[in-house]
Amino acid sequence: MSTRILAASGAPPVAVTAARPWRGLPAAAIAILAAVALAAVAPDQGYLLNILMQAATYAIATAGLVVVLGYCGQISIAQAAFFGIGAYGVALGTADYGMNFFVALAVGAFIAGVFGLVLGIASLRLGGHYLAMVTISFQQILTLVLVNWISLTHGPDGVRNIPRPVLFGLSLAGGRAYLGLGLVALVIVTLAIWRLKSSRLGRAMQAVRDNELAASTCGIDIFGTKVIAFGISAVLGGIGGGLFAGGFQYISPDQFSFAESIVFLTMALLGGVQSPFGALLGTGLLIVLPEWLRFLRQVYLAVYGASVILIMVFLPDGLWGIVTERMRRRARPILGAVPRLPLLLLSGRATEEVVLEVSALAKHFGGLKALDGVNIAVRRGTVHALIGPNGSGKSTFINVVTGLYRPTAGRIRFTGRDITGFAPHQRNRAGLARTFQNIRVFKGMTVLENVMVGAERPGSDVAADPAGVTRRALAALDFVELRGDAHRMVGTLSYGHQRYVEIARALASSPEMLLLDEPAAGLNMTEKHGLGLLLQRLKGHGLTILIIDHDMALVEQVADHITVLNFGRHIADGTPHSVLTNPDVIAAYLGEPRREAA
Amino acid sequence: MTMLPQLLFSGLGIGAIYALVALGFVLLIRAAGVVNFGQGEFAMLGAYLLVVFFNILALPYWLSILLAVVLMAAFGVIFAGATYWPLRHRGGLPVIISTIGASIFLENTVLVLYGPAAEQVDGPFGDTGIDVGPVFMASQYLVIIGVAILLVILQYLIFEKTLLGKKLQAVSQDKEMASLLGIPVAGMILLTFAYSSALGGIAGILVAPILFVSTGMAGAIALKAFAANIIGGYGSIPGAILGGLALGIGETLGAAYISVPYKDAFAFAMLLAFLMVRPQGLFGEKISEKA
Repeated sequence: MSTRILAASGAPPVAVTAARPWRGLPAAAIAILAAVALAAVAPDQGYLLNILMQAATYAIATAGLVVVLGYCGQISIAQAAFFGIGAYGVALGTADYGMNFFVALAVGAFIAGVFGLVLGIASLRLGGHYLAMVTISFQQILTLVLVNWISLTHGPDGVRNIPRPVLFGLSLAGGRAYLGLGLVALVIVTLAIWRLKSSRLGRAMQAVRDNELAASTCGIDIFGTKVIAFGISAVLGGIGGGLFAGGFQYISPDQFSFAESIVFLTMALLGGVQSPFGALLGTGLLIVLPEWLRFLRQVYLAVYGASVILIMVFLPDGLWGIVTERMRRRARPILGAVPRLPLLLLSGRATEEVVLEVSALAKHFGGLKALDGVNIAVRRGTVHALIGPNGSGKSTFINVVTGLYRPTAGRIRFTGRDITGFAPHQRNRAGLARTFQNIRVFKGMTVLENVMVGAERPGSDVAADPAGVTRRALAALDFVELRGDAHRMVGTLSYGHQRYVEIARALASSPEMLLLDEPAAGLNMTEKHGLGLLLQRLKGHGLTILIIDHDMALVEQVADHITVLNFGRHIADGTPHSVLTNPDVIAAYLGEPRREAA
Repeated sequence: MTMLPQLLFSGLGIGAIYALVALGFVLLIRAAGVVNFGQGEFAMLGAYLLVVFFNILALPYWLSILLAVVLMAAFGVIFAGATYWPLRHRGGLPVIISTIGASIFLENTVLVLYGPAAEQVDGPFGDTGIDVGPVFMASQYLVIIGVAILLVILQYLIFEKTLLGKKLQAVSQDKEMASLLGIPVAGMILLTFAYSSALGGIAGILVAPILFVSTGMAGAIALKAFAANIIGGYGSIPGAILGGLALGIGETLGAAYISVPYKDAFAFAMLLAFLMVRPQGLFGEKISEKA
């Protein structure tokens, strides 16, 4: 429905930088040419060539850590293991099994990816430290296997005489030519990972990193996103390792030990794990520095360990973080008109159609019946308020409806579908958007990016169109009057404005229904007044809203219908006037009058 | 099959070591929400302190142990000051990363100081032991099992029967409320770090006469402690103990009947199996974050 209206509205052209497929291509071409030029002036053998070769292949693997740790916030301590799998893929594939170099490279990267997926599927349903534990174990086991499975891996002796490839009839056997291959691969990977950050998948990863619960209510499949991030990281580790094997033509198990995983981790953290450029910088520094600081040779790992702590304390965003922070300050505000939100083009008329129907809903926590047989029907185009004293079950209700808690009994129907068994992200995809009592914004992202995450919920009419997503997000920010702050980090906004960002994020997803969990909580008087006006505007546009709040003044302003909960049961239901004069409701809020006095 | 009781006994002994390290690990998770990747290094440091006091300075055995345990407790506080304190308000991830950094730092510092050669500690019991039916119970194993049982009982009594224990529990359940009630939260957390480090140290000291003391022992023991926690149930104290014992027995049997070089891989296999089939472990609860 909303698509039709949007099409009819004839949105005016806007000064938004639309994502054009060719954008960045000239830059990419220049970068690749620069890589080739660098390879052309590099020496054909010797010390400097080795340094460059190592930096190029390591940086590809470090870029993998940017995806899994920087973007998605999951710790992998096995990058050297995936690097090793890729390296052994090329080494054994070419030297022992006579495969073409690139086929062996693909096989190695594929095997690394499969291991990544298996480990990820096993551990990523649980907290982030599970992945850390599993990868640290995997790293140690892989070393065991490489050393002990001699018939396959040649054991501690390693693999020698790994051949270099021929590409399009061009032999890459020379050091300079092969370095060119590594550098071009590095440029492609770096640019791809950089583009990933501002793509839909990249934003989903960052949303998962910053706030899993909020991400799931924005339609993001948390588990799937994490597994993909880790899978990408493992494959990049494998590619880097495969190229490394060809570069040095000799590999042995100790090159892929736990210590090397820590080297990768330190490289990423030092340079800045939020960006592939940071990873590049960190890799370059840590490969060149130990060569300069030869006296550290004995103690370099101890120094790395101490550096990890110091970086976490004093330089949490790494060296590159300093650069990006300056660039962000110089970002200009987005000017020009933006189209209106399609949901605001709905006619503001209540209908009899029931959007959300909750029947006999129960949620028990042990012996506590937080919800005990609640029935609620929310009609399209109405503002339905759910009120009740503290502990009456209001927040439990919204958490069960959005799928964060599993109900003990009862059914939830939404736009005619039974969504009782849906995961949170599936409910959001069905058109249910919410805000949280304790604000849950994505702290590591800008205001605009936060709202874009909402706009690109799968199932939204603009989800597949990057330019449309940006326009939709700006429109939502316009509605809450925060467009001027679009490029600020969301954490720098006031509490009240962060709440508006949350509302804008929900609105941008063009929801069928908006659930507001105590939106007035923590706001001062001015902000509450502003919120009241905002809700009245939304109501005027005919958005279906379920609001939970303590603030009676706010509820009275906007509610068409009120349901009152007490001790997990609904005690009254009806128009605001009938409910607020109901003696049971007054008793629940103010206590029973004493009989003698009555 | 006559081997089996003997293997079970050895497995129990080594499992008790894993249980002690896992116990220190889980206490930090509960008290401070810290997933400490330096737990294995606690055991390694304890063992090296024993080497220093007993082998190098030639102090009496029991005095060496006492000094090592006291120093390990003090070290726990230093460890907390370096890895946890500066990052405590920045969420779980930075602290995890800094404990990883600390573990690398400690392991390699010891490596620089003492070199890669393993040290041998001759305990006071030598090769003595008692025969119980077909099973030869080596004295050191009996001591390990006895000390582990004693520590678990002691910890239970402290946590359940003393005011200090109640305060520690209060801090692990709700720091804000505990601090409103006048409990020195920071002090309780530091105390937990000290205790956790001492526990790890004791495990290292106990195992030193059986294994060679080397920097490599840290990683191997940490791996077992993680696995014990996942098998037993994340954040569960009885889970950590039983998980540790199960691992010790499992890997001893695996090494005897399947493969010696892959001894350390059995823990990993058990860990993966549990993650796939029963991620909440033996005693874990399904944890859901409050919205």
